[in-house]
Amino acid sequence: MIPLAVQIPANGPLMLAAVLFTIGAAGVLLRRNIIIVLMSVELMLNAVNLTLVTVSHALASLDGQIFVFFSLTVAAAEVAVGLALVVALHRSLGSTDVDAASSLRD
Amino acid sequence: MMGPGPLFVIVGALALVTAVGMVLARNMVHSALFMVSHFGLTAILYLLLSAPFLAAAQVIVYAGAIMVLFLFVVMLLGDAESTLSEPIAGHRPASILALLVLGAALVTVASRGVPAAGGGALPEGFGSPGQVGEALYTRWVLPFEIVSVILLVAMVGAVVIAHFRRRAGARP
Repeated sequence: MIPLAVQIPANGPLMLAAVLFTIGAAGVLLRRNIIIVLMSVELMLNAVNLTLVTVSHALASLDGQIFVFFSLTVAAAEVAVGLALVVALHRSLGSTDVDAASSLRD
Repeated sequence: MMGPGPLFVIVGALALVTAVGMVLARNMVHSALFMVSHFGLTAILYLLLSAPFLAAAQVIVYAGAIMVLFLFVVMLLGDAESTLSEPIAGHRPASILALLVLGAALVTVASRGVPAAGGGALPEGFGSPGQVGEALYTRWVLPFEIVSVILLVAMVGAVVIAHFRRRAGARP
């Protein structure tokens, strides 16, 4: 359908997805704001989705794309619950710092 | 093998820049805006990889729904000052070392690529809404139904977590 699509060898998008995943992991490990950490988790999920679409394209099989559809849904659910947790955390601790929630009791 | 298309290189480079910007931005709103541009660029990559239905779903779900949720929470909670304290001594250098190892390993594996089946000849209408819908409602119909339950559970869970804590806190 799009002529450019045929020219892309699989390892370019795969390497891009690998680097994006590492950047997301860096955000999770190095940032202390819980909202940014959630965003970085989304970035990692997105990188995996890109890998699945690439492999689906290279193998000419729709299964990878179907899997991305499911992972998109789970990502949406994860953000809804995650942000609800952030709001609850901010209410009880008054902070969105990941190190603020370091105690199991009130 | 032919080199990657020029459009792919440009969009991929922009996606990298926006991802780094998202992680490094001081202001949370800037991070959220970098994130939405990153997801938009990923949708273009999906188009180039012949997944037009997923590109549309990506824009609607990520750039639409998830983005609004993030911006809403950022606005609700305000822009808290980000501390740069290190809770565990040596955490940061150790993290960077681990990330370098992870990145090197992933890129090495990814650079091998995947063997292209059928010489890259894709069937007509590959990844179109019609084909994806047909696969979803025939072969993948059970996972499809389970996913709807996941969405329902997440919705109920989000309401319970964000709502009941406030009532419990207001009573004493």
